[in-house]
Amino acid sequence: MLGKLTLDALPLDQPVIMGAFGFMGLIALSVVAMLTYLGRWKWLWTEWLTSVDHKKIGMMYIILALVMLLRGFSDAIMMRMQLALAHGGAAGYLPPEHYDQIFSAHGAIMIFFMAMPFVIGLINIVVPLQIGARDVAFPFLNSLSFWLTVAGFGLINVSLGIGEFARTGWLAYPPLSELDYSPGVGVDYYIWSLQISGVGTTLSGVNFIATILRNRAPGMTLMRMPVFTWTALCSSILIAAAFPILTVSLALLSLDRYLGMHFFTNDLGGNPMMYVNLIWVWGHPEVYILVLPAFGIFSEVVATFSGKRLFGYTPMVIATMAIAVLSFLVWLHHFFTMGAGGDVNGFFGVATMIIAIPTGVKVFNWLFTMYRGRVRFPVPMLWAIGFMITFVIGGMTGVLLAVPPADFVLHNSLFLVAHFHNTIIGGVVFGLLAGFNYWFPKALGFRLNETLGRCAFWCWLVGFYLAFVPLYIVGLMGMTRRLNHYDNPDWHPFMIVAAVGAVVILCGIVFQLVQLVVSIVQREKTRDLTGDPWNGRTLEWAIPSPPPAYNFTEIPIVTGRDAFWEMKRAGVARQIVRFQRIHMPRNTSAGLVIGGFSLVLGFALVWHIWWMAAAGAVGILASVIAYSFKLNKEYFLSALDVERSEKLLSPVAG
Amino acid sequence: MAATLLLGGCNWGVLDPQGPIGQDELSLIVQSTQLMLIIVAPVIVLVGVFAWKYRASNTRAKYMPDWERSTAVAAVMVLAPVVIVSVLAVMTWQTSHRLDPFKPIESAAKPVAIDVVALDWKWLFIYPQERVATVNEIAFPTDVPVNFRITSASVMNSFFIPQLGSQIYAMGGMQTKLSLMASRAGSYPGFSANYSGAGFSDMKFQAIASHQPSYERWIAKVKAAPQALNDGVYVALAKPSEKHPVEYFSSVAPDLFDQILHDTKRAPATAAMLGDVCVANKE
Amino acid sequence: MTTELLTVDTIRPYAPPPQIVHAGASEHRGGTVTTVLGFWIYLMSDCLLFAALFATYSVLGREFAGGPTGKELFDLSYVLLETLCLLASSFTYGMVIVALKAGNRGRVLGFLLLTFVLGLGFVGMELKEFARMIGEGAGPGRSAFLSSFFTLVGTHGLHVTSGLIWMAVMMVQASLRQFDTVLPTRLACLSLFWHFLDIIWIGVFTIVYLTGAMS
Repeated sequence: MLGKLTLDALPLDQPVIMGAFGFMGLIALSVVAMLTYLGRWKWLWTEWLTSVDHKKIGMMYIILALVMLLRGFSDAIMMRMQLALAHGGAAGYLPPEHYDQIFSAHGAIMIFFMAMPFVIGLINIVVPLQIGARDVAFPFLNSLSFWLTVAGFGLINVSLGIGEFARTGWLAYPPLSELDYSPGVGVDYYIWSLQISGVGTTLSGVNFIATILRNRAPGMTLMRMPVFTWTALCSSILIAAAFPILTVSLALLSLDRYLGMHFFTNDLGGNPMMYVNLIWVWGHPEVYILVLPAFGIFSEVVATFSGKRLFGYTPMVIATMAIAVLSFLVWLHHFFTMGAGGDVNGFFGVATMIIAIPTGVKVFNWLFTMYRGRVRFPVPMLWAIGFMITFVIGGMTGVLLAVPPADFVLHNSLFLVAHFHNTIIGGVVFGLLAGFNYWFPKALGFRLNETLGRCAFWCWLVGFYLAFVPLYIVGLMGMTRRLNHYDNPDWHPFMIVAAVGAVVILCGIVFQLVQLVVSIVQREKTRDLTGDPWNGRTLEWAIPSPPPAYNFTEIPIVTGRDAFWEMKRAGVARQIVRFQRIHMPRNTSAGLVIGGFSLVLGFALVWHIWWMAAAGAVGILASVIAYSFKLNKEYFLSALDVERSEKLLSPVAG
Repeated sequence: MAATLLLGGCNWGVLDPQGPIGQDELSLIVQSTQLMLIIVAPVIVLVGVFAWKYRASNTRAKYMPDWERSTAVAAVMVLAPVVIVSVLAVMTWQTSHRLDPFKPIESAAKPVAIDVVALDWKWLFIYPQERVATVNEIAFPTDVPVNFRITSASVMNSFFIPQLGSQIYAMGGMQTKLSLMASRAGSYPGFSANYSGAGFSDMKFQAIASHQPSYERWIAKVKAAPQALNDGVYVALAKPSEKHPVEYFSSVAPDLFDQILHDTKRAPATAAMLGDVCVANKE
Repeated sequence: MTTELLTVDTIRPYAPPPQIVHAGASEHRGGTVTTVLGFWIYLMSDCLLFAALFATYSVLGREFAGGPTGKELFDLSYVLLETLCLLASSFTYGMVIVALKAGNRGRVLGFLLLTFVLGLGFVGMELKEFARMIGEGAGPGRSAFLSSFFTLVGTHGLHVTSGLIWMAVMMVQASLRQFDTVLPTRLACLSLFWHFLDIIWIGVFTIVYLTGAMS
């Protein structure tokens, strides 16, 4: 009746897990209780859950990302604690089967449910505003993408308390991830949470490409777009091209596990190396999907806070496109040690290094944007400086690893782990946090507390080096990754320093949360009435903060790069407003419903509850068909409505 | 290095190679790092310098808000990385061939052959010439190339002795090769560098390099072991076990490696684990 | 909003954007062209999905594991009949668009039905082939070759099936007047989808069946 699901699925004998799951449940219950107490269910439904507004959807993505940052980071600090303790024969405090799930969950959560939603959330909020559009090309699809991501988020969180997670690492290589070696439900949770959210991500990629190509304001040619929009475009193209390959890789693995096929088994002709190739053909572009928008954020931040044009706009755009194309030509560097031979290894090694050239061009461009500028240092600019120093070190170790014989002694060591955290934290996370601080006032109408933001930055920066420099060293000493205990006493002091570093980063995260709470409580003190708190250069700063649902009363006509800066210089910062009626899409619950059925489908597939899976699948199909029969999907805001809204939002404007 | 002085007694792994492959790889790491620092170090310094000099409160610094292009700067910013990457690319191409794990080390000495089988979660070593086998321990003479043939009877692992050099994956139904040599006597830790399941953290072995007479004594010691590695013993050995102690086997079929390679491709893992290695012959 | 007359000119992909007729026209950057562009982008991502399946088939397609090979299993004349069904259905779908341009509701519905029947025939024949192979012990679990065969061909078949469901919905919506404004865009997207699947099938027929039967 319930497939493989029995009461045994609850890990009642593992106090750490029960504690964590219970804690999560408690938080969820508190949120529900608070919403009920404040009578805000209708508001939540109409303003947020059924919204197709890119700004609301973007904010929901970021909230999801911040929640998962907490879960992914808990995994990280548990690992550091374990390795600080489990030396010289000691077993540490985590049972090995638990530790092996933690490192797998840490990677999967941070990439798929923290970094990706954060990037997509920022692109959602900012890009339509930067191009002078009212919304993305397909608002309903945007909502659907979000709710599919939530379904994946639901599955991976449920896996903590009902069943188990994969014990395979975040990419689940076969044959370890095949049924023979992973008979439990862990790998299935991994597969379905990634598959479902992956569909959402692919649709977002399609949506953003169409938006950027079609919804730009008149006069905004491609070469007049802000650089963040350029990076969003290239990242979206990478998403549309790479995610189908992830879909296939996971699908083939699930066919092996569910229908006894032989794609990646050792026997009957299967070839695990095929999985490794396929998953990395997706995997390498994935890291550029994350880092290109971060580069874009820094382009905006550095130019704005240097009070200067971004240096080398055209080379910047070409470099971005070059990186995007090259990212598809380097995947084998993730497995030089699989024995492909000198020619193949050599080719991919050289191809990987070539990416360092456009990346270097970008770093020089940011550097020379500061040159002969007037550089201010609010929190976003601190992150930018931290990034420029930290990321180049990560890039350097990356190029080092790109030399196959160097990789032969460093592959899968903690040196590798330090390298990719160096680029992901120093590049992606620093970028996301800079973007968060930079665009927060636009999205919510008040600024974040500067002092707490600075504390968060310094904790992250210092904590990062404390946590990861020891890993570089210990990797060179021969320590491999994914160990849950070790004998070598020489490694122990480094593990302690790394654990201290993790605690310092924890302080950074705590400062971030406190900053958020304090800023909300003190929002009247930091309210932004101008819409342009940073003296910005691009169109998103031309409208009130927070923007009205329709963004622009009248779509601006663009005459050059840094469109808003030009408008300010010409003295037409707020264009003469002719109020017209505006065409808006209606809210819909279809995205949420389809997401809900997807969660049911995923859960049922994990536990082999076939009737429930069929119900979920039928539900998805029926909802899609029902939505196609819906006719009344739009409404009009009259010119009077728009005028009233503008008067409320910008008492300062003429 | 200050660190080496501070932690004098440490095993420095990759930074302390004991064989020609490892030494070649370490110098490659050092040279590549030095090359890249030519660009990276000045960039980091310039970040600090520009941030300081052009800070908003320094009104004496020149302010050129519309300066956004310069052919000279553009040329340098493209050429500098191109030059460094080109040098690195040549090094990469050459060393990828020179240090290809499949390439045997050139030496006048007659190489020692060792077949390696990754099991859950221990390493089986077969000496096809001496017809002995061991678990979790190998020995070989110094200054003699050791030619490994590597496979796995279960999931993907990676065969790695950091102080001697390259690692290479051990995969079911596949055969990889590696050639290493030790130039100094010593006992070097080895392990799996690819996560393979519950017992992974203890999947370690010792690689003992010694002078020829010591090596021969070791072989004799193994030959005097009470057990032989016949089919039944192998089946029991292949069952999952963690923290497996060192074992010696006085004799082994010289084609056991090929047999395992063949069987892994044909029989499902569970059958092998249940002791039905012969089921493969049914096909 | 005036009801835009959507003719076949606006539903061809890459048509020039609608002329800006009045000041508010920049508001209407959406509509048919954007939808069709978005669908093209999705279709290209689907193309890459098939590319990955073709790549897998290329690598694993000769791993017979001592079991049956393509040469033994494939009945080329049967597959030719299947192929003709699908190609014919592409032609009949073309007739749907011709009928749409002429504004003839009856013929639109008729050709949609004909396309549906041909597509259903294709899927039916494919299922029958699968059942036969499984009955002979040549199911997807027998070898890596068969796993990749069933998955590549089966994924195409699932896409065709989705297209048939879509087509059924279109037939319902085409018979009701209230969908007349959105129908041309939807039929245009389905047209792209259907022809795309035809092209993929040509690849499957050649790479899987023809080369498999000849090796």
